[in-house]
Amino acid sequence: MSEQLVPVLVLTAVVIVFAAAMIGLTFLAGPKRKPTPEKQLPYECGIVGKEHETTRFPVKFYLTAILFILFDIEVIFLYPWALVYGDLLKFGPFILVEIIVFMLVLTFGLFYVWKARALEWD
Amino acid sequence: MGTTWLEIIINTVKIAAIFVIVVSTVPLLVWVERRGPAFMQNRLGPNRVGPLGLLQLAADAIKFIFKEEFIPTKAEKILYFMAPGLTLLPAALTFAAIPLSTPINILGYTFKLQIADLNIGLIYIFAVASLGVYGILAAGWSSGNKYAMLGALRASSQMISYEIAMGLSVVGVLMMYQTFSLNQMITEQFGYFSFLWQGSAVELKFLPNWGVFFQPLAFILFLTATFAETNRLPFDLPEGEAELVAGFHTEYGGFKFNMFFMGEYGHMITSAALITTLFFGGYALPFISPEQVREFWIQNGHTLLGFTGLSMPDIASVLTTITHLVVFLAKTGFWLFFFIWVRWTLPRFRYDQLMDLGWKTLLPWSLVNLALTTALMYFARIVK
Repeated sequence: MSEQLVPVLVLTAVVIVFAAAMIGLTFLAGPKRKPTPEKQLPYECGIVGKEHETTRFPVKFYLTAILFILFDIEVIFLYPWALVYGDLLKFGPFILVEIIVFMLVLTFGLFYVWKARALEWD
Repeated sequence: MGTTWLEIIINTVKIAAIFVIVVSTVPLLVWVERRGPAFMQNRLGPNRVGPLGLLQLAADAIKFIFKEEFIPTKAEKILYFMAPGLTLLPAALTFAAIPLSTPINILGYTFKLQIADLNIGLIYIFAVASLGVYGILAAGWSSGNKYAMLGALRASSQMISYEIAMGLSVVGVLMMYQTFSLNQMITEQFGYFSFLWQGSAVELKFLPNWGVFFQPLAFILFLTATFAETNRLPFDLPEGEAELVAGFHTEYGGFKFNMFFMGEYGHMITSAALITTLFFGGYALPFISPEQVREFWIQNGHTLLGFTGLSMPDIASVLTTITHLVVFLAKTGFWLFFFIWVRWTLPRFRYDQLMDLGWKTLLPWSLVNLALTTALMYFARIVK
């Protein structure tokens, strides 16, 4: 397994070298001017901006992230099951009952989240 | 990587070559993205530099290098410089697991047209693709600009939301193929549409054995989620130039901006290749297996490559690989064109509509797809 990933490491090195080289090249080739303080301000609409702080953002994004973790782990648990499902069918309905219980719990979770209005954006 | 120095060198060169080819496909795609809609909207598009405006790409690339290096005062310097690389890296790494064609057997060596032949290919692609969120978040946060921050938040929120639907829609495909290896998935799709019904083999001669015919619902869900994952129209709210200037890369210019661009298009190329691999038989021709292609080239190959003096199996192997590479490029090219086509067909979604589509439509439907596949495989004993 680990041997299969060696080319990936080599590719990572290639990409990092490429990215660093290109940014370095721009440093060398680009024009060097001393920027005015106004130019270095965050871009807003073209004139000098009034507000520069970016500390506040809607809490909805946190909620989405938390829901994502729950459901993504669900998906990850499904993968190994999906791989062996076809093979294990011949040993009877256990593998089917197992997944029905698992999915019922999680579908109920989705239903709850939906009814609790956690998926609403307004 | 191989055991001898020669193999290690050949494989390293191959990795670099595939990366360079993918990177240089980006300007070509940008050209299609400009000329294609120009054709659709009955206007000209870039046509001044070189024939058909093709040299525009080279002009743009050179211009990017000669741009002024600019760092906003509010920026977190280290992350600000790392973010473009962090976006490009996952896009390039995901492509590593895609099999481009059949392996070449030449002079006793086996040469794979794939950077890494992973037995967990699909999981690897999903795992690395989701790392793309970090680059975008880093760019938005480190810029110190509120539009960039909002764009990054939108992007990460939408990418993680659609990742669930994407991951779930693939479960049905996995149940059919019973493997994570992309090479084996393609092998499963050779020949005619065939499966086991109650233990007896059924074969339909008018359909190829492609995943899309086994999992049509999964294909539609996967395709839709792909658009959101690559932040493309109709789901390009992270950029939303009418409201957020340019989204998470507002403060970037020159080659750093170009690297975000490459990342996005690299993501698009991988997605198109993945759709091809999972649902449209990958590099395989419809109905005809690589073995039959090889037989054909063993009969007819010497007229094309006889002058090289190679032995017959080697010639057939090379020609088979080239044939399948062309097939793969044609299929992937079609899906890339489809991405561009949709961009000029559908208007942008509103943010609540986007989230509703992800959580309230795609997610329940992918659960339905999972239930259907499970039930069919159990009660009708359908096995591929």
